[in-house]
Amino acid sequence: MPNPKRRHSARRTAARRTHDSLRAPGMAECPNCHEPKLPHRVCQHCGKYKGREVIEVAEK
Amino acid sequence: MRHKKAGFKLKRDPSARKALLRGLVTSVIEQERIITTVPKAKAARPLVDKMITLAKRDTLHTRRQAASFLQTPASVKKLFDKLGARFGQREGGYTRITRLGWRKGDGAEQAMLELVGSELVKRAAERAKRREDRLKALKEGREEEGGEEKS
Repeated sequence: MPNPKRRHSARRTAARRTHDSLRAPGMAECPNCHEPKLPHRVCQHCGKYKGREVIEVAEK
Repeated sequence: MRHKKAGFKLKRDPSARKALLRGLVTSVIEQERIITTVPKAKAARPLVDKMITLAKRDTLHTRRQAASFLQTPASVKKLFDKLGARFGQREGGYTRITRLGWRKGDGAEQAMLELVGSELVKRAAERAKRREDRLKALKEGREEEGGEEKS
């Protein structure tokens, strides 16, 4: 089976990983509870979307 | 050529896919709203709309067309007796898909597929029930406390 001939330098590894960073998802603010929520989705905190949508969230 | 017309295969062979979608559509008509995955909701939505369009003309033929797709006689009855009249004035857009977030087990994005106009009624009933439950729980809690204080 083929194997690497030489070890990579740390620099080479780091250079490859310069494009690997994760980006935070673009969050929107829930107009109802002002928690961050994902756009076009029901708010996970208060369960609302354009009025009321989900039952969810067992409060207290 | 069917380029760019893939549609939703849902990882099923044609008969399983048809059975699944018939079940989903029947459920939407009976329950008004279902929670499923986004692709399934998107696949079922046009079929639900087609059923309602059928229901706008109540003839023996349209009833049979609906009955040949829907899986329960009750759903056909509801479709023609209730939904046909309810959506008579609406030109399409009988359904709504709302994204709900991701399912815990497999990370599949869930969505609610509902008939437009079914949101307020159901919720009012649910809220009233929940309030009753809460009041009942509170009352029971108070009675228990009272009993403990006496003893």
